[in-house]
Amino acid sequence: MITAEWKPIEEMVGYLRGHKKVLVIGCATCVAECAAGGEREVETLAPLLAMAMQNDGNPIEVKSATLERQCEPEFLEAISEAAADADAIVSVACGIGMQLVAEHYADTPLYPGVNTTSLSIREEPGLWTSRCAACGDCVLGLTFGLCPVARCAKSLQNGPCGGTRTDGMCEINQDTPCIWRLIVERATARGRLEDLTKVRPPKDWSNSPAGGPKRMLREDLRS
Amino acid sequence: MSLHAGTKLEKVLAAGQFALTTEVGPPRGPDVDEVLKKADILKGVADAYNVTDNQTAVVRMSSIAGSKILLDAGLEPVAQMTCRDRNRIAMQSDLLGAAALGLKNILAISGDHQGAGASGKLKGHPGAKGVYDVDSIQLINIIKNMRDEGVQAGGDTLTSKPEFFIGAAWTPLGPPIEFRVLRLAKKVAAGADFIQTQAVYDIKAFAEQMAKAVDMGLTEKTAILPGLIVPRSAGMLNYMNKNVPGVVVPQELIDRMKQASDPQAEGVKVTLELIEQVRELPGVKGVHLQAIEAEELLPEIINQAGLSPRPEV
Repeated sequence: MITAEWKPIEEMVGYLRGHKKVLVIGCATCVAECAAGGEREVETLAPLLAMAMQNDGNPIEVKSATLERQCEPEFLEAISEAAADADAIVSVACGIGMQLVAEHYADTPLYPGVNTTSLSIREEPGLWTSRCAACGDCVLGLTFGLCPVARCAKSLQNGPCGGTRTDGMCEINQDTPCIWRLIVERATARGRLEDLTKVRPPKDWSNSPAGGPKRMLREDLRS
Repeated sequence: MSLHAGTKLEKVLAAGQFALTTEVGPPRGPDVDEVLKKADILKGVADAYNVTDNQTAVVRMSSIAGSKILLDAGLEPVAQMTCRDRNRIAMQSDLLGAAALGLKNILAISGDHQGAGASGKLKGHPGAKGVYDVDSIQLINIIKNMRDEGVQAGGDTLTSKPEFFIGAAWTPLGPPIEFRVLRLAKKVAAGADFIQTQAVYDIKAFAEQMAKAVDMGLTEKTAILPGLIVPRSAGMLNYMNKNVPGVVVPQELIDRMKQASDPQAEGVKVTLELIEQVRELPGVKGVHLQAIEAEELLPEIINQAGLSPRPEV
């Protein structure tokens, strides 16, 4: 899922000064799964924002709604009246949903209530960890199903750096396993360690965000 | 055997002499005098001097500029290049620049992650965007292809072939331990002519890894220089053992330093013993010796180890 995290309330307050009627909108998909922008979080954030604006000396009226999906145009109609009535929108969906709302209700300023952070899984209750970096050149077939692009701090392609801690964790975070240690363990368990001894050439990043904004065109679906 | 670059380090190794390298960290300012001061202390101590590349993500004079200052002062540099701060375009451009300035020993490393970064009073740049376009093994191979084939990573040709003696790092005792020799083999296959290792204190464990490297024939293709850092106190060894990945310090050694009445003298003694021990291991072709913030100890250590004067080649 796409994960997101609340921005600091002070940052949102900074955006909302001068506004009077604010609509806070959530999304019931990814950001609900990661407990940042679902209905529960929207209903928690709305009164918090109202209180923070009151304390800031800039009281606002806050309304809230949670869309089934904020990244599909057909679901945005559900808030058309509330959006027309608001003079600002705070979205706690991912950056994709936010931009669709900003486009759809282009006359109303939209502010982010969250930072979109990763493509992760919920590993345990209350713990999300990266799985994908959308690099556009998937190597999982070479790395025993464990991604070194998203899960190695240096996106190394040829094995672990010297920063693996004694306990097998990454030097930049003692709670994050060295993914290359896990890749080596899985390769060993399959009797395929040899597969990891081939030198992998430099990666082609041109299909990743480094290659410029993505434009995926499928002619077969356009007729 | 024809030489790749004809650097002093390469010649010493080719002549079968026990090589010695050490390290010079560039200053956090444009201070030529600071580099020359260190050069003055260390001149004649080693065959070549590694110049670090913004270690721990704290900005320092560039490795290439520091290397050129050393070269002009009569010390042969090993310019370090990390994959953290530059993409393949900037790296190759800097490599051509280094070659143009006469800097031919290059050590290709991944580099400390900007988030692991600085310690103590220094802040580093934890908010920087790390590049890591290529990894150290890919960089080694890029350098080799520039040198041997005269081609850039993108396939375009170079107008002439730069000469390089290519170095790489090895952490022989880091987990996953079973992969460390295989990773060394990848570095050798990619083109590493010499290897400097992470600091070694556990000679028994290091000897086991070296034996595997010898068995795989790697020591025929590359010159391995184990890293040795002069211990200065039990606290320092304890710190490295706990906090520096890949550094394993046997408890006896920590205890020995703790009991020493003169830890500095004991540290020198320990270093001399370590030099002797690694020197006896098959496949070891020299040492990469460091005395962190105590460079003035090195001339005496090298004398006592019988490694002075350095060979003329």
